[in-house]
Amino acid sequence: MPSNAPLSPTHFVAPLDETPLVAVDKVQVAAKPSNLYLDAWRDMRRRPLFYVSGVIVLLVIVVALFPTLFTQLDPRACALSFSNQGPSAGHPLGYTKQGCDVYARIIFGTRTSLSVGIIVTLLVTVIGIIIGALSGYYGRWIDAVLSRIGDIFFAIPYILAAIVIMSVVAREARSILVLSLAIGIFAWPSTARVLRGQILSVKNSDFVMSAAALGVSHFRILLRHVLPNSIAPVIVITTIGLAGAIVAEATLSFLGIGLPPDVMSWGKDISQAQGDLRNNPMTLIYPSIALSVAVLSFILMGEVLRDALDPKARARR
Amino acid sequence: MVWYIVRRILQVIPVFFGATLLIYFMVFALPGDPIIALGGDRGLNPAVAAALRAEYNLDKPFIVQYLIFVGGLFVGDFGTSFSGQPVSDILAQTFPVTLRLALLAVTMEAVLGILIGLFSGLRKGKLFDSSALVVSLIFISVPIFVTAFVAQYIFGVKLGIARTTVGAGAPWEDLILPAVVLASVSFAYIVRLTRTSVIENLNEDFVRTATAKGLSRPRVIRVHILRNSMIPVVTYIGTDFGLLMVGATVTEGIFNVPGVGRTLYQAIIRSEGPTVVSFVTVMVIIYLVANLLVDVLYGFLDPRIRYAK
Repeated sequence: MPSNAPLSPTHFVAPLDETPLVAVDKVQVAAKPSNLYLDAWRDMRRRPLFYVSGVIVLLVIVVALFPTLFTQLDPRACALSFSNQGPSAGHPLGYTKQGCDVYARIIFGTRTSLSVGIIVTLLVTVIGIIIGALSGYYGRWIDAVLSRIGDIFFAIPYILAAIVIMSVVAREARSILVLSLAIGIFAWPSTARVLRGQILSVKNSDFVMSAAALGVSHFRILLRHVLPNSIAPVIVITTIGLAGAIVAEATLSFLGIGLPPDVMSWGKDISQAQGDLRNNPMTLIYPSIALSVAVLSFILMGEVLRDALDPKARARR
Repeated sequence: MVWYIVRRILQVIPVFFGATLLIYFMVFALPGDPIIALGGDRGLNPAVAAALRAEYNLDKPFIVQYLIFVGGLFVGDFGTSFSGQPVSDILAQTFPVTLRLALLAVTMEAVLGILIGLFSGLRKGKLFDSSALVVSLIFISVPIFVTAFVAQYIFGVKLGIARTTVGAGAPWEDLILPAVVLASVSFAYIVRLTRTSVIENLNEDFVRTATAKGLSRPRVIRVHILRNSMIPVVTYIGTDFGLLMVGATVTEGIFNVPGVGRTLYQAIIRSEGPTVVSFVTVMVIIYLVANLLVDVLYGFLDPRIRYAK
C-alpha cells in the first residue's frame, strides 16, 4: 500500500500535537556532557551507603598510614602480669593472654591488612587486565592458550594455593610481600575472565570499527578505545577482591603460616585468642570486629560501584 | 547428552594435569624446602633431612617426582603422610565425614538461600528484602573462622545447646553447627544471586505470557520464575566448591571434625610441608570432580547447555 493512501475512516488518527516537532527535536545545547563515569559519580553521591562505606574505607587508610595518631601505646610492650585483664583507664579493650594491649594491636594490625589487600589487588589487576585484554581482543590462538592457562590457575582455589606456597617457602623468607604474592598469583583468573567477556562484547562496536578504518593500530585501539569502555566491571571486581585479599591474609595468619612473628595482624591475634574463648572471649571478638568491618566497607563500596556503573543493577535496586 | 558429558570430561583432563603439575612445579621452584621447615627454628640434622628427602622423592628432578605422583594416582596411591600412614588410608577414614558435612552444608545453603532469595526478590524494596540484603552482606564480610568461633561461643559455651567439638564417629547431630558455619558465606551469596535473577525474570516476557494465559500466581512463581532463576544458582554452587574446601579446612579444624579438612589443618599447623602438598592436591581433585558433576547435572536441568557449542 502506498504511504499516501488515505487511512480507513474507522481508524482514529490523533491530531498533530500542540508541541511543534522542531521543539521535540531540539538539542539541549546547554546540557552538561556526560559519560558512564560522570553518571556513576552523580548516582553514587545520592546514596547513603556510599558515604558510610567511604568513611570507613578512609578511616582504615588513615589508621594504616598513621597508627600513632590513634594510640600512644607500644603494641609490642606486653607484660604477662596484665594477662587477660579486662578494660581499664587508657586500655579500653583490655589485654591479651600475653598481656598486650588489645586496642593498640588492632590499630597497628590495620596496616598489615591494608598492605596485603593493596599489593594483592595491584598484582591481580595488572595480570588480569593484561591476560583478559589480550585474549579478549586478539582472540584466536592467543585466547585459546591464555584461557586454558587461566582455567588451570582457576582450578586451584587461591587460598589453597597460598597455603601450599607458604608451607613450602622458607620461614625466614616470610613477609608481607611474599604473602601477597602467594595470594595474588592464583587470584587473577576471575578478573581476566570478566574483562575478556566485556571486551568480546565491546570490540565489535562501531567506534572500534571507525578507529580501525582511520588506520589506528590494533594495540592503540585496544588501549584507547576498547579498554576504557570495558573496564567498569573490573573496577567493581577489584574493590570486592580487595576485601577477599584481606580475608585471605587473615585466614593464612590464623593458620599460622602467613607472616613473620614481629608483624602484627588481626588474623594472628584471633588465632592466639582462640584458647581463651571460654574465659576471655572479647580478646577474640575485638580483632574479629575490626577485620569484619574493614572487609564489609570494601564490599559495600564494591556494591555501590556496581550499582552505579551497571545500569541493569541500578534498575534492580 | 552423552556427547555433552564426554566433552566435559575431555575438558577437565588437561586442567587436571595442568593444575597438579603446577602445584608440583611450585613446590620444586620455590626457595625453601618443606623438609627444612619440618625442623622449625632449630633446623634439622643434615643426615635426617637427606633421608626424609629420599623418602618423599624430593631428591629427584621435579618431573620424576610428578610422574611418580601421577603414576601412583592411577593405582590409588596418593603418597604417604608425614606420620607414615598412606594418604589413601587417611582419605578412606576422613573423606566420608567431609562428604557428609559438605552435603549438609550445601543442602542448607541451597534450600534456605533459594527460598529467602525468592521471597526477597518478590518483595523487592520491602522490609524483608532490605533485612535479607543487610544480613547477607554481614555473612559475606565476616570471615569463616570468626563465624565459627562466634557460633562455638554462643551455641556451645553460652547456651550449651551444641557441642563445641565433634564427638567420635562424627554423628549427624554434631555436624549441624559446623555445617551451618560452613554454609553461611555461600548461603549469603545464593540469597543475593537468587534475588537478582528473580527480579530480572519478573520482567521477562515468558512470565507475562504465563500470567496472561491465566496461570495462578503460585504456579507462575514456581514453574516459570523459580526454575529459571535457579540456573545461575546451580552454576554458582559448582564454582563454590573451592570456597567450600577452604571453609572445610578451617571449620573442621576449629570444630575438630575428623575429616579431610582437619587433616590438612593439622598438617599446616605442624608445618608438615609434604602432607600439606598432598592434601591440597587431593582437594583440588575433589574440587574438579565436584565441578564436573555439577556441570553434568546442569546439562540435565538446562537443555540449552547440553546442545550449546
